[in-house]
Amino acid sequence: MDLFIAIFTGTIIAATPLIFAALGELVVEKSGVLNLGIEGMMLMGAALAFWAVTAGYSMPVAILAGALAGAAASLLFGVLALTFLTNQYAAGLALAIFGSGVSAFLGRGFGSEPIEALHGVNIPVLSDLPLIGPLLFRFDPMVYLALLMFVAISWFLYRTKAGLVLRTIGESPQTSHAIGHPVIRIRYMAVLFGGAMAGLAGAYLSVAYTPLWVENMTAGKGWIALALVVFATWRPLRILLGAWLFGGMTILQLQGQALGLEVPSELLSALPYLATIVVLVLISRNRQMLALHFPASLAKPFRPAN
Amino acid sequence: MRIAAPVVAAILTLAVGSIFFASLGHDPLPTLYAFFVEPLNSMNGLSEWLLKASPLILIACGLAVGFRANVWNIGAEGQFTMGAVAASGVGLFWPNPESALLLPLMFVAGMGAGMAWAAIPAFLRARMNTNEILVTLMMTYIATLFLSYLVHGPWRDPAGFNYPQTALLPAAAMFGPFDPAYRLNPSIFITIVAVFLMWLFTDRSFLGYKMSVSGAAPLAARYAGFRESAAVWIGLLAGGAAAGVAGMAEAAGPLGQLSPQISPGYGFAAIIVAFIGRLNAFGIVLGGLLMSLLFLGGEGVQMTLGLPSALTRIFQGILLFFLLAADFFIFYRVRLVRPARDAHALETAR
Repeated sequence: MDLFIAIFTGTIIAATPLIFAALGELVVEKSGVLNLGIEGMMLMGAALAFWAVTAGYSMPVAILAGALAGAAASLLFGVLALTFLTNQYAAGLALAIFGSGVSAFLGRGFGSEPIEALHGVNIPVLSDLPLIGPLLFRFDPMVYLALLMFVAISWFLYRTKAGLVLRTIGESPQTSHAIGHPVIRIRYMAVLFGGAMAGLAGAYLSVAYTPLWVENMTAGKGWIALALVVFATWRPLRILLGAWLFGGMTILQLQGQALGLEVPSELLSALPYLATIVVLVLISRNRQMLALHFPASLAKPFRPAN
Repeated sequence: MRIAAPVVAAILTLAVGSIFFASLGHDPLPTLYAFFVEPLNSMNGLSEWLLKASPLILIACGLAVGFRANVWNIGAEGQFTMGAVAASGVGLFWPNPESALLLPLMFVAGMGAGMAWAAIPAFLRARMNTNEILVTLMMTYIATLFLSYLVHGPWRDPAGFNYPQTALLPAAAMFGPFDPAYRLNPSIFITIVAVFLMWLFTDRSFLGYKMSVSGAAPLAARYAGFRESAAVWIGLLAGGAAAGVAGMAEAAGPLGQLSPQISPGYGFAAIIVAFIGRLNAFGIVLGGLLMSLLFLGGEGVQMTLGLPSALTRIFQGILLFFLLAADFFIFYRVRLVRPARDAHALETAR
């Protein structure tokens, strides 16, 4: 039973940074913009949040700092992709490299000591329930925030007028512009939101999940989040399910190592990357399913005719 | 005008660099001098400059073939790693360690391994419609783990005091340097040939032209009957071959053995080199020399001024940012217009 609880809670926790980053990227891509720089924004968020904790700020401030760092990094991409109409692939890659450099630069004085991680919540009665308590009601607040963001973003995209406008812009910016929507401004907001979410994801890694600072500590999670958006065929619920699937993979890998399976640890470490490829292939083979929710103007620069 | 953008970008990067150094409390001019001039002040510096530029230029040439056709191979780092692994495998375990065939065999093994590593995303993209950006990147993580497995496990040098590294390659498996005092070796000729081949392909061949059309106007390419899958295969295999050979040359040149860290990020930096070079063979040579200087300067200021080598990656990012932004002013005419009060727009948005 204890093992089951460990695997279940471990899965949920490992999925949390992926949920933040992938949901943020979903909103960005739904507006027709492809930001490949998640990895860089996550690293910036992780570095800033970690710095804030070591500098003595409280946890909420540190996490907010992480989100702001991610948003600030995304602004660099936004200016290039939206104002200067550059190739979005190249701008995103530049951000990924830049973010990894800046975070490594900031992190050079952080040392290798872990910090005190974000605490789990303690809800009277609920957290003390047998079985249900440890399974559902003892996570740290960020886990619940990730789920809240899932509900909020699903509701925003599919149940509000603003969400409809955002999706329209992702399908046909020309049409949206013609009927008077401020395409560029809304895309900026989407990019900034995606950056803040990536920053939250990074902050979660450095102040709750690990909790210490290691150069390039995201280890590809930003790219896996990108893959998750494709895997989810641009739908929020599937992002959640996909993130849990990958979280489960990570935990099985750790448990496998703990159980001393007779496989090289590198093979276990490679599992999430292998799984990403397999899952992408399975989803992408079905072109129709992929096209159904695909934002038609994704990664195409938009310049208003006038 | 297309040439102006990289120059402007380089100058702006220097300007930002000066401000950055000043804000760290270092006098900008001497720091810039230490970063960009001092590395080239000696014969050894010049040798190191070309030594590091060589793999960057080689990989960028291969990648640019794909980029021209909108095939986004960003996993050259992994293809480089696999090339180094396969070539070292041949060098370490070939029955006759003195054979004159050793280097040519390693060349073939490195190129083959790089191409094989790139063939997987090519197949998945061409046949299964799978995004090559994500697959090439995931393959890079897998290649790095594979290398780590080899040097920690089966290929670890038994006489190596438990360090995670292989035995040294035999002399016949190495490019002997031109001058024993410096590290520059004849593998640089491979890069020169590759630049020439790249120029032939992109500027003088019909196939290269078809690839460019596929990138610039996919619909026109389809109408003309150019197969998209051919562009995908050629684009990825060219990048894989170049990166694999670069990995081989690195293992058989400055490294001489495998360890968990064999690349300072050549595969990723080469992407930027390809863009700075405007996806053009001779531009890439200049871009590679500039990028190599960034690597050298980063190492230099780390040793002399104690600044972290992460600066190299920061400058790489800034350089690409400025290059992309500079393009905007070349491809578009900028007119300042007074923004119309879009009350109507806001009204409909609500």
